[in-house]
Amino acid sequence: MADNGVFGQNLFGNRNDTKNPHHYPVWRYFVALFVLILACVYAAPNIYPPDYALQIQTDNSDLRIGVRFMTQAAKILADEGIGVKASNTTSKGGLIRLGSDVDQLRAQSILDERLNPAGRDRQFVIALNLAQTTPAWLQDLGAQPMTLGLDLSGGIHFVLEVDMESAFAKALDDEAEKATNYLRQENIRYRSSGNLVQGKAVRIPFATETTRDQALRSLRSTNDYDSVIASESQGSPVVEIGIGDEKMATIEDVAIEQNLTGLRSRINELGVAEPLVQRLGRSRIVIDLPGVQDSSEAKRLLDKFATLEFRLVAKPEDRPSSIEVMPYEGQTRRLQRANIVTGDSVINAIQGLDSETGLPQVNIELDSEGGERMNRATGPNIGHSMAIIFIEQKPVIAREVIDGEVVEKRSIREERRLISVATIQAALGYRFRITGLSMSEARDLALLLRAGALAAPMYIVEERTVGASLGEENIDRGVQAVVIGFVLVLLFMLFYYKVFGLVANIALTMNLTVLVAVMSLLGATLTLPGIAGIVLTVGMAVDANVLIFSRIREELGKSVPSIAIQAGYGRAFLTILDANITTLLVALILLGIGSGPVAGFAVTLSIGILTSMFTAIFVSRGIVHLIYGRRQVQKVWI
Amino acid sequence: MAIDFMGKRHLALIFSGLILAGSIIALAFQGVNRGLDFTGGTLIEVGFSESVDPTTVRNILSDAGYTDAVVQNFGSETDILIRVPPNTVAAGTGGQTRLGDQISAALGAQIGKVELRRSEFVGPAVGEELTEDAGLALLAALGMIMVYIMFRFTGKFALGAVAALIHDVIITIGAFAAFQWTFNLPELAALLAVIGYSLNDTIVVSDRIRENFRSTRRGTSAEIINYSLNQTLARTLVTSLTTLLVLVALLLAGGEQIAGFARALTIGVLIGTYSSIYVAATVLLTLQLSRQDLAVPEKESADNVP
Repeated sequence: MADNGVFGQNLFGNRNDTKNPHHYPVWRYFVALFVLILACVYAAPNIYPPDYALQIQTDNSDLRIGVRFMTQAAKILADEGIGVKASNTTSKGGLIRLGSDVDQLRAQSILDERLNPAGRDRQFVIALNLAQTTPAWLQDLGAQPMTLGLDLSGGIHFVLEVDMESAFAKALDDEAEKATNYLRQENIRYRSSGNLVQGKAVRIPFATETTRDQALRSLRSTNDYDSVIASESQGSPVVEIGIGDEKMATIEDVAIEQNLTGLRSRINELGVAEPLVQRLGRSRIVIDLPGVQDSSEAKRLLDKFATLEFRLVAKPEDRPSSIEVMPYEGQTRRLQRANIVTGDSVINAIQGLDSETGLPQVNIELDSEGGERMNRATGPNIGHSMAIIFIEQKPVIAREVIDGEVVEKRSIREERRLISVATIQAALGYRFRITGLSMSEARDLALLLRAGALAAPMYIVEERTVGASLGEENIDRGVQAVVIGFVLVLLFMLFYYKVFGLVANIALTMNLTVLVAVMSLLGATLTLPGIAGIVLTVGMAVDANVLIFSRIREELGKSVPSIAIQAGYGRAFLTILDANITTLLVALILLGIGSGPVAGFAVTLSIGILTSMFTAIFVSRGIVHLIYGRRQVQKVWI
Repeated sequence: MAIDFMGKRHLALIFSGLILAGSIIALAFQGVNRGLDFTGGTLIEVGFSESVDPTTVRNILSDAGYTDAVVQNFGSETDILIRVPPNTVAAGTGGQTRLGDQISAALGAQIGKVELRRSEFVGPAVGEELTEDAGLALLAALGMIMVYIMFRFTGKFALGAVAALIHDVIITIGAFAAFQWTFNLPELAALLAVIGYSLNDTIVVSDRIRENFRSTRRGTSAEIINYSLNQTLARTLVTSLTTLLVLVALLLAGGEQIAGFARALTIGVLIGTYSSIYVAATVLLTLQLSRQDLAVPEKESADNVP
C-alpha cells in the first residue's frame, strides 16, 4: 500500500510552530482561561432555580406601588396563611416571592379580590411570574439565566393572521372620502352612489365624460393619488383611483404596527408578566403568554373588536344620500353618514357607575384633535341630538369541503347597534360619558376602547397551550437526558483515549459551559428541541477531538510523540472546519424556516458547533501541550 | 488491518438498492404520517389520575359528537392523546380554537379529574405553508451543500456527497412511512440535522481521499479510496458511537414528545455512517475520480510539500 509519509505542516499558518514543535504561544492559554472564567460567570445564573412570584402593576399614574403598599400586600397574604418569601418594589411595580405554584395561584386570586374591589374598574394587574434568584453580584455583571420557551415554562402561544383585505378596503374607503370631499370643494359634480369602493379601486361615476375629464385633471393635479385613470363602469364614465404597491406595503406595515400596539395594551390588561408580541412574516403576529393557563380569557380579548362612532342625528335639510337609517328602541332613527369622531380618537375610557341613577357608564377622554372636532360639531348644535353607534366585529372562520378539500372561508360578522341618542346639552369637549349600556357591555367597551382600535381584524391560525406541569416534566426529562448522555460520552472517551480522553472530557465540559453561557448572554430561548440540540452537541462535539486523536494515533506510528501531536492538530484543522461549516449551513436553513421550538434547536446546534470548534482548538490543544509539549515524551497514553 | 471496502461495493449497492426501494414503496403506498404541524387540526393531551382505556375516551367523544377523533395512549397509561382532523368544526361559535376546552370539559364530566396538559390548534393554511417550506428547506440545504463542496472540493465530490445525503434522507423518511410514525416539525429538524451529520462524515472521508490522491503516487483509485476509508474508519465509528450514546439517552429519558426526534436521528446516524463509507465513495469510483481532478497547484498543494 502507498506510503503516506508526509507530515509536519501546520495549518494555522504559524511558521514558528512548524520550526519548533515544542513551541506553543502563551496567548492561547490566556484566551482559553479568559473564556473559561467568563463562561463560568455567565452560565452560573442557570443554576439558581427561580421563585414563584406575583408581579403587581398599575397603569393609573395616581396610584403608587411603594414600600408601604407592598408591606400591606404581603400582610394580606400572611393573614390568609400564605408564606411570603420576600416582597419588594421594582421599576415596574411590586414583586412578591412565594414558596410554591399552589401558593402563587391562591395569592393571585386573593390579591386580585382585595386590591380590585368589585364594581369598580380594575386598578391593579396581578401577574404570575417566575422571579430569578441570581445573586446581585452576578446580576451586576449582566448575567441572566436562559429564557425558557413555552414548552418548558407552560403557557399559550398564538399566531394571528391579520386580515389585510379589510385593511386595504379601509384604506380605499379613506381614499374615496378624501377624493369626494375634494371634488365637492372644487364644485365638480359626481353621481353619488352607495359604495364607491369596488374591488381594489375606488370608482367615482360622473354624468358626462366632460365632467369626468375635468375631475380627472383636477385629481391628478393634486398629486395625492398613486393612479387616477379614466374608465367606464355600468355604462357611465368613471374615474378610477388605485393604490400602488408601495402604498399597499405601507398599509400592511401600518396595520400590523397598529394591531401590535393594540394587542400589547390588551395583553397588559390580562396580567402576563413577560408577554411576547411580535410580527411574523408579512401579515402575521405571534403572541407568547408564558404562565397563562386559561386560554378562554385571552381569546376573548384577542378576537373581539369594538369601536364607536359618534354622529349627529340627521337634520331635515340633509340630502338623502348622506343619511343612514338605523333602528333604535323599536323605532328607526335617521342619522348623518359622516362621523364626528370614531373610537380611534379615544385615549382613555373608564367604566363606572352613574352617581345618580346607579346605571353603568363609560367615561371617555378624546385626543386633542378628536376633542376639537367634537367641540366644533356640538357647539352649533346645542339642543340637537347626537347618536352613538357601537360596532362589534367578530371574525368567523367557516370550513367547507369542496372536492374533498377543506377550504377556509373567512368573514367578519359585524354588529352595529345604535346605543344612545342624546340631546346635546352643551358643547362637548375632550371628556364626556356614555350611558345606556349593560354592565358587561360597559366593561368590554371601556377595555376595548382603552386598548385602542385595531386597524384590521385578525384570525387565530395557530394556538398551542402547554400546561405548567408538562413544562416542568419536560425540563426534568431534558436535563436527565443531557446528564445521562454526557456521562456516557465521558466514560467512553476516557476508556477509549485514556489521557487524551481526559483532555477531551475537560474540553467537552467546558464546551457545555460555554454553550450555556453564550445562550444566556444572547438571551436565546431554551426549548425542548433546544435541549435535544444540546444533547446532540454533546455527542457531536467530541468529533473534533476524535478527528485530532485518531490523526495523532496514526502519526505516532511514523514519528516521535511531540511531532505526531503537532501534526495531528495541524492536519485535522481544515477537515474540522469543512465539516462544521456545512453543518452550520444546515442549521442556518433550519433557523430560516422554523419559528419557536425548531428555531431553538437550530440556535443551540449553531452555537454548539462554534463552541466545540473553539474548545477543540484552544482548550484541548492547550492542555495537551501543557502535558506533553514541554518535554521529550517517549510514551503517549492515547 | 485493512478492510477491502471497495471490493464489497457491489454488495453494498444491492443493500442500498433494496432499502431504497423499500423506502420508496413505503412512501408511495403508505405515505408519511404527517403530524399536526403539517396537516393542521387540533391535538389535545390530557392526563388522568389513574389509567384510562382509550376506548372509553373514544366512546365519550363520539357521544359528544366528535366521531372522527383519534384517541391513543401517549407515553403512559394515564396520558391520552386526542387528535381531531381540521375539518371538524366545534359545536360552539368559536370554531376549532375552542375545541380543547370543550373536549376536556366533556371528558371531565364523564371520567373525573382531567388535567389539560397540552392543547394545540394549527390552521390548515399554516400546515400547508409549512409543508411547502419544509420541502424548500430540504432542497435549499442540498443545493447550498452541493455548491459549498464544489467550491471546496470538486464537482465529483459534490455529486458523491449529495447522493449520500439523498440516500440518507429517503431512507430516514422511508422508515417513518413504513412504521407510520408521526412526522412533525421536530422530526423535520432531525432530518435536517441528519443531513448535517451525514455530510460531516462524508466530508471527513472525502478530505482524506483528496489528501491521499495528492500525496500518493502508486495504487489504483479503488486502492487509494479503500486506504482512506480504513484510515478514517476509527474516527467514523467513534463519533457515530458517541452520537448514538446521547441519542439513546434522549430516547430513554427525554420523554414521548422528543422520542420521534431521537428516533429520526438514530436512524439517520446509522444510515449516515454507512453511506459515508459506501455511497459517497462508490459514486467517486463510478465517476472515475482521478489525480487530474485534484490537481490544484495553488495554496493547498503547499500543504503537501514537506
